Amino acid sequence: MKIHPAKLLLLQILVAVAVLALWQIGATVPIGGDYLLPEFFFSKPGDVIARVVQLFVSGTIWKHLWITLTETVLAFIIGSVGGVVIGFWFARKPMVAAVFDPYVKMVNALPRVVLAPIFMLWLGLGIWSKVALGVTLVFFIVFFNVYQGVKEVSPVVLANARMMGMNERQLFRNVYWPSAMSWMFSSLHTAVGFALVGAVVGEYLGSAAGLGYLIHQAEGVFDVTGVFAGMFILAAFVLVIDWGVTRVERRLLVWRPQSASEQN
Amino acid sequence: METALQRTPAEGLAPTAAVAPLAVALDDISISFGIAGGPIYKAVAPTSLHVREGEFVAIVGPTGCGKSTLLNATAGLLRPAGGRVSIFGAALDGLNAKAGYLFQQDALMPWKTALDNVAIALEIGGTRRADALAQAQDWLRKVGLARFADRYPHQLSGGQRKRVGLAQVLVRGPKILLMDEPFGPLDAQTRQIMGTLLLKLWAQDRKAVLFVTHDLEEAIALSDRVVIMSAGPEARIIGDFPIDLARPRDTADIRLDPRFHQLHRDIWNQLKAEVAKTYGEEMTS
Repeated sequence: MKIHPAKLLLLQILVAVAVLALWQIGATVPIGGDYLLPEFFFSKPGDVIARVVQLFVSGTIWKHLWITLTETVLAFIIGSVGGVVIGFWFARKPMVAAVFDPYVKMVNALPRVVLAPIFMLWLGLGIWSKVALGVTLVFFIVFFNVYQGVKEVSPVVLANARMMGMNERQLFRNVYWPSAMSWMFSSLHTAVGFALVGAVVGEYLGSAAGLGYLIHQAEGVFDVTGVFAGMFILAAFVLVIDWGVTRVERRLLVWRPQSASEQN
Repeated sequence: METALQRTPAEGLAPTAAVAPLAVALDDISISFGIAGGPIYKAVAPTSLHVREGEFVAIVGPTGCGKSTLLNATAGLLRPAGGRVSIFGAALDGLNAKAGYLFQQDALMPWKTALDNVAIALEIGGTRRADALAQAQDWLRKVGLARFADRYPHQLSGGQRKRVGLAQVLVRGPKILLMDEPFGPLDAQTRQIMGTLLLKLWAQDRKAVLFVTHDLEEAIALSDRVVIMSAGPEARIIGDFPIDLARPRDTADIRLDPRFHQLHRDIWNQLKAEVAKTYGEEMTS
């Protein structure tokens, strides 16, 4: 099935318009003497848009965006480096992997949110407690993918490389590393997403800046407009980051066949 | 009964083949696999095979008879349970550094371009990158892929990937060439083109070749000698036929040669019984 791009865009805009219209009607037009979406709990689309614009015009939002971005990037980098190093180590040393296996499973099974208060006690209310929370999320995704990537190197490619005369160091550089990276990059979207979740949840639970803080503050004073405005900015922020990740991925994984969904 | 063994070699058969030193000597090789928790599977019974320098030997046998295991033992990827593997007179210890191996499955590194896949084979040996790239480009030209140097494996067809694989193996200049059903996954026309290309490249420096295939026609068309293996378990070599067809050969034209048909008939008569045995066992088990 093929839809004309312009027609598709039109339909997509139509959905947004319909949702906003229903919201507006629910909040402002009484039906049977009752508001379907009372303004106190749901705000109004116009107000939310006005608030978003005001946040950007006044410039207050930039500081919060910057903090959240910093936390996300730091969590992603630290978590990824840790995941890659430990993933490689475990994959190449089955003994180590076997010994640590139950503990890895145990820590990974733990809902990471419960760690947030601990990190706050240890690292304070600044950015590092949020980074730490993000790291615990990112680490495991990257770790499992790198571990898998090293384990799942095609035995034929490996045998071929050995017959070529590669030593362990050359095998690492030319075979294991690219294979692990391809697995890691295939989970890049998830990893970056989790880094952001860590940052925002951490901010929400206790901080002095960031998007999570903004939403939490608005919620604290029953400022529903502020909550929605924060949510919209957060969603847009995620889309921008995701777009950036896609660009990076395209550049780094040129050697991979495009998936069917990308081809058409 | 006149068999291929009794015929005198026709002109064109490598005259040095009979006196050249041994490149590969497998003496009383046996290969077993331990199946987890089960009995030991004896894949190859004690068997011997000698390949001289410059000789093109094809191993033919029914599916699952242990042809590839014999090749892996020669490559040093597999340690035989018994017997001796000698390469140019020296006992093989570890991987066979004198051999190049063309695998049946895709063995190219998918994250490297065709050119880099060939060049890396030289670079790991210490060749400077610029030199390696130049030689790799030259080999891609020899296999007819000069214009595809910057393609990644997934952007190439199956036949093109095999050509890159061939260039990757040959660029190192191995003394022995091991090939495990290399053209197996290709269509019939591409196989013949690849066969002719292989013979053309081989004729330039006549390496010792061990070529495993289940296709008897391909084996006769390419080789100096066809070796027949019996069905497993405990597979062994049960026939050894010199192929006295003139070289240079075109693998498509040679199939029209009456001598080709005679050789085919002789060998097939022996192979037939083994194929029947394999299928018979599968049906009763």
